Amino acid sequence: MLHNLSIGELAERLNSRQISSVELTRHFLSRIDRFGPALNALITLTAEHALADAAAADLRRVRGERGQLLGIPLIHKDIFCTDGVRTSCGSRMLDNFIAPYDATVVTRLKAAGVVMLGKANMDEFAMGSSNETSYYGPVKNPWNLKKVPGGSSGGSAAAAAARLAPLTTGTDTGGSIRQPAALTGVTGVKPTYGRVSRYGMIAFASSLDQAGVFARSVADAAPALQAMAGFDPRDSTSVDAPVPDYTAALAQPLKGLKIGLLREFFEGLEARNAALIHDALKVYRSLGAQTKEVSLPHLPASVPTYYVVAPAECSSNLSRFDGVRYGYRCENPQDLMDLYKRSRGEGFGAEVKRRIMTGTYVLSAGYFDAYYLKAQRVRRLIVDDFRAAFTQVDLLIGPTTPTPAFDIGAKIDDPVTMYLNDIYTIGANLAGLPGLSLPCGFVDGLPMGLQLIGPHFSEDRLLCAGHRYQLATDWHTRAPQGYE
Amino acid sequence: MSLTRQDVEKIAHLARLSISAEELPAYVSALSSIVNFVDDLSRVPTADVAPLAHPLDGQHQRLRADAVAETDNREKYQANAPSVAAGLYVVPRVIE
Amino acid sequence: MADWEVVIGLEIHAQLATKSKIFSGSATAYGAPPNSQANLVDLAYPGVLPVLNGEAVRMAVKFGLAVGAEVARRSVFARKNYFYPDLPKGYQISQYELPIVAHGTLQIVLDDGAVKTIGITRAHLEEDAGKSLHEGLANASGIDLNRAGTPLLEIVSEPDMRSAKEAVAYMKKIHTLVRYLEICDGNMQEGSFRCDANVSVRPKGREKFGTRAEIKNLNSFRFVEKAIQYEVARQVELIESGGSVVQETRLYDSDKHETRPMRSKEEANDYRYFPDPDLLPVELDQKFIDTVRGTLPELPDQKAARFAKDFALSPYDAGVLSASRELGAYFEATAAGLGADHAKLAANWVMGEVSSALNRDNLDIGASRVSPQQLSALLLRIVDETISGKIAKEVFEAMWSQQKSADAIIEAQGLKQITDSGAIEGVIDAVIAANPKQLADYRSGKDKLFGFFVGQVMKATGGKANPAQLNELLKAKLSS
Repeated sequence: MLHNLSIGELAERLNSRQISSVELTRHFLSRIDRFGPALNALITLTAEHALADAAAADLRRVRGERGQLLGIPLIHKDIFCTDGVRTSCGSRMLDNFIAPYDATVVTRLKAAGVVMLGKANMDEFAMGSSNETSYYGPVKNPWNLKKVPGGSSGGSAAAAAARLAPLTTGTDTGGSIRQPAALTGVTGVKPTYGRVSRYGMIAFASSLDQAGVFARSVADAAPALQAMAGFDPRDSTSVDAPVPDYTAALAQPLKGLKIGLLREFFEGLEARNAALIHDALKVYRSLGAQTKEVSLPHLPASVPTYYVVAPAECSSNLSRFDGVRYGYRCENPQDLMDLYKRSRGEGFGAEVKRRIMTGTYVLSAGYFDAYYLKAQRVRRLIVDDFRAAFTQVDLLIGPTTPTPAFDIGAKIDDPVTMYLNDIYTIGANLAGLPGLSLPCGFVDGLPMGLQLIGPHFSEDRLLCAGHRYQLATDWHTRAPQGYE
Repeated sequence: MSLTRQDVEKIAHLARLSISAEELPAYVSALSSIVNFVDDLSRVPTADVAPLAHPLDGQHQRLRADAVAETDNREKYQANAPSVAAGLYVVPRVIE
Repeated sequence: MADWEVVIGLEIHAQLATKSKIFSGSATAYGAPPNSQANLVDLAYPGVLPVLNGEAVRMAVKFGLAVGAEVARRSVFARKNYFYPDLPKGYQISQYELPIVAHGTLQIVLDDGAVKTIGITRAHLEEDAGKSLHEGLANASGIDLNRAGTPLLEIVSEPDMRSAKEAVAYMKKIHTLVRYLEICDGNMQEGSFRCDANVSVRPKGREKFGTRAEIKNLNSFRFVEKAIQYEVARQVELIESGGSVVQETRLYDSDKHETRPMRSKEEANDYRYFPDPDLLPVELDQKFIDTVRGTLPELPDQKAARFAKDFALSPYDAGVLSASRELGAYFEATAAGLGADHAKLAANWVMGEVSSALNRDNLDIGASRVSPQQLSALLLRIVDETISGKIAKEVFEAMWSQQKSADAIIEAQGLKQITDSGAIEGVIDAVIAANPKQLADYRSGKDKLFGFFVGQVMKATGGKANPAQLNELLKAKLSS
């Protein structure tokens, strides 16, 4: 079946004219038609555009172009601005917003020839770990429609798992690619901070946000990351460093790779979850890797640190949503204050408002030192811990989440319980490190993910380690029932 | 550490968010819970540790050449605007 | 009644004369149709990011070097958070704890010639906001974001000034300096150079500062002086009648000649400053700073000192002539044509006739209708006594309106001085003969009538008689 082929296999069929990009696109559009509504994975479908893009890709192929991604369908998380297409960020605030430009990520993938099928559902303004805060309703996990797919890139993860597209994009600020990848049994990649441009990616927490990709394998993710990565003069935090050939890197040998088990990751981890990770370690050892235990003593402080820094930055980033130049405006504003308060009060959902208020509080006079400044100091300690660990090992390994997907509605009332979900992923965001989540087994019939974290700009080694694991195992090939 | 109603009202005002009287208790409780949670940070010793603002410590700001690189796209950009008149964005009267 | 001391600090916002904005590539030109120079970054669209204009940094460093300040090797941009329609992001990108320039000084010359040093606490880079317009919109305001993102250098003085006059002198000096450095056009009508004044009073001898009021957006030297004077009087009266000064922001009403509180700033704003995560720290190495230092022109004080020394000018004249680089250059070119001996003549004419003509026709020195070369050619004719100083003024006016050279006009109008003694004597004789009564009166002691005879001879010669010779010959004839 087309939707189970790898990108490499699809490229082969496209190049040998067995199928056209238009046919491929139609195939995925009909899957979206069939499965989309039940999953609620998409906010906007761009069928007409997609077919036009597919035809254009076919034409490029006729003219001799052969890129890996040429004519491959893809769904963008609705956080990336797409010129002429609604970009809602999962919020009522931008429900009527037609972006007037393309994000750099969108431009680059377009140049590589992808065919955009639509915009994926997400937690509102990327704030959430379950895709339950979206203005457009929750996304369902294709493995069990009563369960969450994770978040904030829940729609992108669910779409990838349900084979609605071979590739989907996401963003990861506190785990929003890795965690949903783990809960939906797909591969998710978060690059090093500064590796991929943030221009056109609606900002949540500027010093933490990174764009990344979902795919069913590392081998599929590699060309996508390749196209997305690289210096962008429009983003001052974008790093001007050469991008290695990620696909070529997959073939590197694994022997001698030193993998660190993070002690703090295993403390309190349920036995069945720990077992999956230990199985994965056995695979790595059999491939020639060495493992050793390392410690990041400040890691437990990463969640409260994050929940000071991220809300602080977002409270400021979201001030531009004021009903003046674009986006939601309340009806009949009585005066300026009313315009602001009601446009924002009505336009934003509860979790977004909670985070804006938390951020406003921690930055406010009298609290700045105790919270914001304090958090930035702890952040440095966490970064130092990682740096020290990487002098002993090449990569770190651990679970991506403490448990498999939970029920929709189970945690929504208590924000702090939800925040604790992020315990394994947040550290990498605070330190700007690249991370990968790979399917590594099942608990209670639901997928679990294993996480690899590397030093800055070690994506090539990370992807190689992930790829080698996927050559030796087949967790990543499993499809949810009914979506095969 | 618990926040009071007044605390939350003040924050909501600073952040220009309308919170109804019915919604307020839920926000007070949620924010108190969050603040309580992040108060844990005070237990981490950080004497002599410099704050880290960017994960890529050691990078510095790139300087851009002073060149005009934009054309007039007013029509396109104002297509999204809730209220414009004669090229201006219209808002309720600003009082100085 | 206590003796009051006035304490003033000024915050000057100078718009930097870059071609593009500080964080975006939009043009900064004044007067464009509303929102035609506002791109996605200026409009704070979702997803956009700031990129720093290097020229703005260079200009800030230039200023810092010119006032002998410390240029920070590492400075940081911070977000100043508040909501206002002309501030699209809901925060202004500015600098807070680590500004680019700190601890400079500037010398001002007071009316009595005394020199005072004013401290400059800091100067930092930030972006300007847009504009709110109210005309023609019922109960609404229109926002134009063309100006949003224009680079500003905010220059903060120490509270070192003790009178409105000192404040104006300082403001004028900064105004001259930024134009010299070519970092700001200083156009106050267009809003390129704005001043906020922090004013307080305290009993003389007390160390502690009184509560200050901030008067915002003063856009002329006159308004600054008047606003400060009004505010000082207001504060003194308030305190002396038992009240106390409230720390607040006020606006100067130039029609009513008074300051009043700004309504929108009633509540204290908590700006929640934090380092902008979209921008990295600005790091400047010695090479960068040295390169900027190499572009510094001769500064106003240096030029004035050089004029005083090389051209033997008074400090006052030297100061006037160095008020702008263009005026200084004009003067120097004129003096060059004349030689250093006659520099004072050149100085007087540039400060006199040339400046009057420019003022009358509302022109800048750059648009002068008489070039320095043409002026010095005219002045040479005074020096070589071809014409008198008085005639020269007529010739100058003709040069200004007709665009001809001095010699051409002197020739055409036959204005050459009469230096032939015989000819002058002849006219004197005729005048004496025609005025016997005045002659008699003069000879009987009415010395003042000398002037009458001079006037008559001048009239008869069309003003062309050489004044020195005329005086000598007339004296001789009248006393004989």
